[in-house]
Amino acid sequence: MTSASTNDIEFRSVAKRYGSVTAVSDINLAVPKGAFVALLGPSGCGKTTCLRMIGGFEQPSEGTVHVGGQPMNGVPAYRRPVNMVFQQYALFPHLDVEQNVAYGLKQMRPRIAAAEIARRAQEALAMVRLGGFGKRRIHEMSGGQQQRVALARAIVNKPKVLLLDEPLAALDKKLRTVMQIELQSLQRELGITFVLVTHDQEEALSMSDLVCVMSTGRIVQIGPPQEIYDRPASLFVADFVGKTNRIAARIDAGTNSIRLANGVGLAKPASANGTLGAATVALRPEAISLVRGGTATLQGTVTHRIFLGSSVEYSIEVDGLGDFLVTADRRSLNESDLAEPGERIGLSFDPNALHVFPA
Amino acid sequence: MQAAMNTKRNLVTAALVAPAAAWLCVFLVLPFIAMLVFAFGERAPEGGYQAAFTFAQFANLPTRAAAFWNTLVLAPAGALLCLLVAYPVAYYLAVKANPRYRLILVSLVVVPFWTSLLVRTYAWMYILGSRGIPNLLAMIGIEDVRMLNTPGAVLLGIVYGYLPLMIMPIYVSLEKLDRRLLEASADLGAKPVSTFFGVTLPLSLPGVMTGVALVTILLLGEYLIPQLLGGGKVFFIGNALVDLFLQSRNWPFGSAIAVTLVAVVVVVLMVAMRIAWKVAGTRQVDLV
Repeated sequence: MTSASTNDIEFRSVAKRYGSVTAVSDINLAVPKGAFVALLGPSGCGKTTCLRMIGGFEQPSEGTVHVGGQPMNGVPAYRRPVNMVFQQYALFPHLDVEQNVAYGLKQMRPRIAAAEIARRAQEALAMVRLGGFGKRRIHEMSGGQQQRVALARAIVNKPKVLLLDEPLAALDKKLRTVMQIELQSLQRELGITFVLVTHDQEEALSMSDLVCVMSTGRIVQIGPPQEIYDRPASLFVADFVGKTNRIAARIDAGTNSIRLANGVGLAKPASANGTLGAATVALRPEAISLVRGGTATLQGTVTHRIFLGSSVEYSIEVDGLGDFLVTADRRSLNESDLAEPGERIGLSFDPNALHVFPA
Repeated sequence: MQAAMNTKRNLVTAALVAPAAAWLCVFLVLPFIAMLVFAFGERAPEGGYQAAFTFAQFANLPTRAAAFWNTLVLAPAGALLCLLVAYPVAYYLAVKANPRYRLILVSLVVVPFWTSLLVRTYAWMYILGSRGIPNLLAMIGIEDVRMLNTPGAVLLGIVYGYLPLMIMPIYVSLEKLDRRLLEASADLGAKPVSTFFGVTLPLSLPGVMTGVALVTILLLGEYLIPQLLGGGKVFFIGNALVDLFLQSRNWPFGSAIAVTLVAVVVVVLMVAMRIAWKVAGTRQVDLV
């Protein structure tokens, strides 16, 4: 209860079932006031269900959802201090841009004077840089503009929490990057809690200050983006957030080393903890450096090279371990710029960059 | 080359349109011209039409004022009453009904159409007649209730008979209504009632307009229901026309009435469309 004043959203042992199908279960989550939290997971993991429970479009089957310290069980959507930016925006086609934005203000009781409504709607439109578009009809706006209208409509009521359901999914990549930055600055400006649902790990990592990774209806890890990326709690997280190489390995009792499937032994990394027996090791592509000359612990043959401009992605067939993905700075090899497909190359890395998970 | 292709395309278009155009010409335009000509003529002594040019038929119109009044009041009133009954039904079917049973429920609305309107209206004659409900009321001491042959009976018959025609267009427009818009409205703080009047109703107006126009136009030519449930007392223009053409064989006067009705309907519809366009016209652009 003491947390009520500092947490804008709290899930306490929440589960949601549809008949015999469990959509989410065991959800415990506390989002501090003013945080930007991302619910990240593959489609069907239950992230949207969680968002809809905050919005009031679904009621939990078990547990309680608190918003602003108040339990929200049974409270209908129209009485909750939260607003939502819907997937594909759900703008009212029969109203113009300004009327869409003013819609929430018109629902306020006691009523707000018409002049005040117009002023606030204009203000919200200016905030998303759509001043002067008020009289346009929705179908006359581009996808990116509709996205801003949806945003203005959702923030005009000054909610405690803003919910964003895959808000950038329908935009092209360039526009998406612009909107990511805009959303972040908007959140700082408003100082309200943002909850973002996304399946795009890049979006989650770049925008939020708290990432909640979900899988098959459960939360698998909560933490700041850097922690999620650097210290994934499970193989699933390591795989889903960022790219990763999986290596089968073994840790025998009483030894201080880890043996990879191809027989190469390495110093036991810190993340191994008490893991014993068969294990799976995850290694980030950018944690590997390529070296020429055969001194590295792992040797392989370059099979593909993808030039990405600032960096280069190599696909390397490592002896005894199969395909590896390596992301290298384009000047990482000192002799010549790039390794050629077919070239024999060494892979070197700090054993502590390995994440060890029980197999 | 281009010109040749255009000519070919025009020929194809013409060929496709021709049957409908011929149909309209033979069964709508020509009869209407004949009617227009008849309307300015005289009744032959033995009945039928006798060539002349006179406005006498139109001067006679006030003698059928009651029929005009009944038609022009009861047809829109019936359509509106139909709307009031149909909207909740359509709303239930499209929004509230369990999708699993929706198809069955919708077909239940249409099933009565498989029986002739004549038969169904006859049934109402018995229900409302002296051996029907008034008889039951008499049993519990409420005597001398008159139901049949009243404007109320005609209205009831109209609503009953035309309800499916009103339900279907409204149902269709509600069915394609995006549910997320309703959620967005609730999310923005609108209570269910406000959501209905702010989102659901405006977005279903095209269906409402179609339904009202359809039912009103059909009702303007209605003759069966007033005949059976209104007795001789609640008289529609349709009934007047039957009398004039088939009983008194006064074709010119009948034609004058028919022409006047068409003129009135055209004017009324134009005004109604103009108003509806103002209220909801721009909305339709987004929807259809």
